[in-house]
Amino acid sequence: MFDRTMSTLHPEHSIRASHGLLSASDLTVTLDGKTLLDIPSIRIDAGGPTIVMGPNGAGKSLLLRLLHGLVLPSRGSIFMQGDPLDAKRRRRQAMVFQSPVILRRSVRANVEFALAAHGVPRARRRSEAIRLLTVAGLQDKARQSAPSLSGGERQKLTVVRALATRPEVLFLDEPTSNLDPASVMAIENLIMNASAEGTKIVLVTHDIGQAGRLGEDVLFLHQGRITEQTPLQAFTVSPKSQEAAAYLSGELLI
Amino acid sequence: MTRPNIFNFLAAIALGALTMTLPARAQERFIVVQSTTSTQNSGLLDVILPEFTSKTGIEVRVVAVGTGQAIKNAENGDGDVLLVHAKPAEEKFVAEGWGVKRYDVMYNDFVLVGPAADPAGIGGSHDVVASFAKISETASPFASRGDDSGTHKAELKLWSEAGVDVAAASGSWYRETGSGMGATLNTGIGMGAYILTDRATWISFGNKGDYEISVEGDPRLFNQYGVILVNPEKHPSVKAADGQAFIDWLIGSDGQAAIAAYKIDGKQLFFPNAG
Amino acid sequence: MNNFAESFSVSLRLVFLGDAELWAIVLLSLQVSLTAVILACLIGMPFGAMLAVTRFPGRRPLVVTVNALMGLPPVVVGLLVYLMLSNSGPLGVLQLLYTPSAMIIAQLILVAPIIAALTRQTVESLNEEYADQLRSLGVTHLRSVPTLLWDGRFSLATAVLAGFGRAIAEVGAVMIVGGNINHVTRVMTTTIALETSKGNLALALALGAILILIALAVNAAVTLLDAVSRQVSYV
Repeated sequence: MFDRTMSTLHPEHSIRASHGLLSASDLTVTLDGKTLLDIPSIRIDAGGPTIVMGPNGAGKSLLLRLLHGLVLPSRGSIFMQGDPLDAKRRRRQAMVFQSPVILRRSVRANVEFALAAHGVPRARRRSEAIRLLTVAGLQDKARQSAPSLSGGERQKLTVVRALATRPEVLFLDEPTSNLDPASVMAIENLIMNASAEGTKIVLVTHDIGQAGRLGEDVLFLHQGRITEQTPLQAFTVSPKSQEAAAYLSGELLI
Repeated sequence: MTRPNIFNFLAAIALGALTMTLPARAQERFIVVQSTTSTQNSGLLDVILPEFTSKTGIEVRVVAVGTGQAIKNAENGDGDVLLVHAKPAEEKFVAEGWGVKRYDVMYNDFVLVGPAADPAGIGGSHDVVASFAKISETASPFASRGDDSGTHKAELKLWSEAGVDVAAASGSWYRETGSGMGATLNTGIGMGAYILTDRATWISFGNKGDYEISVEGDPRLFNQYGVILVNPEKHPSVKAADGQAFIDWLIGSDGQAAIAAYKIDGKQLFFPNAG
Repeated sequence: MNNFAESFSVSLRLVFLGDAELWAIVLLSLQVSLTAVILACLIGMPFGAMLAVTRFPGRRPLVVTVNALMGLPPVVVGLLVYLMLSNSGPLGVLQLLYTPSAMIIAQLILVAPIIAALTRQTVESLNEEYADQLRSLGVTHLRSVPTLLWDGRFSLATAVLAGFGRAIAEVGAVMIVGGNINHVTRVMTTTIALETSKGNLALALALGAILILIALAVNAAVTLLDAVSRQVSYV
């Protein structure tokens, strides 16, 4: 599974394209009688990055956690390539959180941990970790304590760690908020490389510039509902929904 | 999974440490003697026991507690020999079948010690009962062991002969420490109280302050030690042969001579009187 | 009251002249308490971590109970262990009473709740941070326990120290189950109690000073280890 090549990366994709890579219908999440998310139907296809946008509290993070199986919906279920999202399929996904969760060990050990969790034999973990860190420019820090890295380096590390498992889908929840421009660019490069190698990117961001640099299509959320899902260019030029238009002009905050 | 092998490491240490401690007991030949703090605190046992061990190869492990607890532990079978000083309790122990036979070993005597100020005015007296009565009349502080030990029992007997109901005075001038002889001396001296103590503990005690012996030499202060083999019929774990060997040595000429030879500051502490 | 000055010179003499009796007592103290602490870690850490990451009915009362057991009175533990190990007790056949093993058992009972409760606390707060990330990587629930224990190792070192401090300083339980037998079960604290009861306050205080020095040395060693491993030996 680890050594699959591009041609075998998504074996079921072409056969079951009709289902989309990720899909769900009649999806709701309620908490204490309040509806946090209400999505009659959602479908995310393989291909370029999907950007999830929307004002604060719209349910963007919740949607990502649902699709990644970290939260169970109150009603409905998630499908990956037409099959219910179970533990086995969840292992073909990875996620980068808004505030990086760094294991209290060395930089390299952080990556090795992910490799170990995905069954890579011990003998190959070290060289693989070094190779991945080199791509991200972190090879010189490999032996350093990971918690001592700077904010940008820490988030770079979590992206490297997430990609180490060679996920078919990578969720990123505002990975570059509060980072310096150089780190933002480095992380965007990592994301674009992963996307080019066939990993489906689902990215939450408030940064319209970033959305434009990375995205292929946009999913706009407002108060727990998807108001539109359109190609990126169409979205930025002429959003279909009033909410999206207001958001883009800086008038919709919640 | 990264599985830190810290657990294996800890387990190895634990096993190593355990194997160092556990077999120690299995290899050696020894008996356990339940005895009193007075014999241990006086240093007597530290001196005479090695003589017995070098002669017989039997190590003697002494658990020094109050006489009451020593008897209770022996009844539980947690000892092979009982060496204490409370004759009525010892005779009851044998009569109830817990012990095989009681032998006299030695005696020392009790002394009443008090502060130099002598608030009860009893210094130099040789009548302990009259002195106890005076302490009660003047309500001078008195520190009692209060722990059901041999010394405590001897003290209660003297109070009853003096016609004083100490239970009524408990907490006022009559203070029960509930501890061993040494601890009671430390506490009593700290509060300026009279204390009944065995002479051996008193002579070797290192924290006397301005205290002196107020009353001594009364025959009623006689303190007899007895030795008893715990009954192997009650507790099969009792090492009867080795325990009896120790008793035979203690009441025989070698043991009696060793007891007589033990001195601190030139003073003999225990007087052998076996047989 | 020249006890302090006197005990200072007594302790210096004891330490630097390498008194063999003293070292035997110190070694036995360390052997008993370290063994008890290691066993307490082997039991308390997995148990505390399990309590931190799982949810089951009755978990809350169990957590409260473990926390309360941190304050177990040593004398009561000593008495209970004595009654168990006594020749009249259910475990009398083991012939463990008045041996170092009995003292290890008593200290284990005193220390294990401390390790378990502090481990539960450490692992629970670490798990709040890690849970989503570990689940995301496919490491769930009980399988995350070794990871959480390892990553909480610096905080857990403090828990181990607290347990060791309790064990090495404890006198009430080891006095009852060990019997303070010379050359067999006599440890630092029971020696101090004995010398105090003999009125040898200076010697008792000197032994106390050595006990404090040992505690200091162990704490310093762990702190140093902590500092070194944080900076250098990340692998």
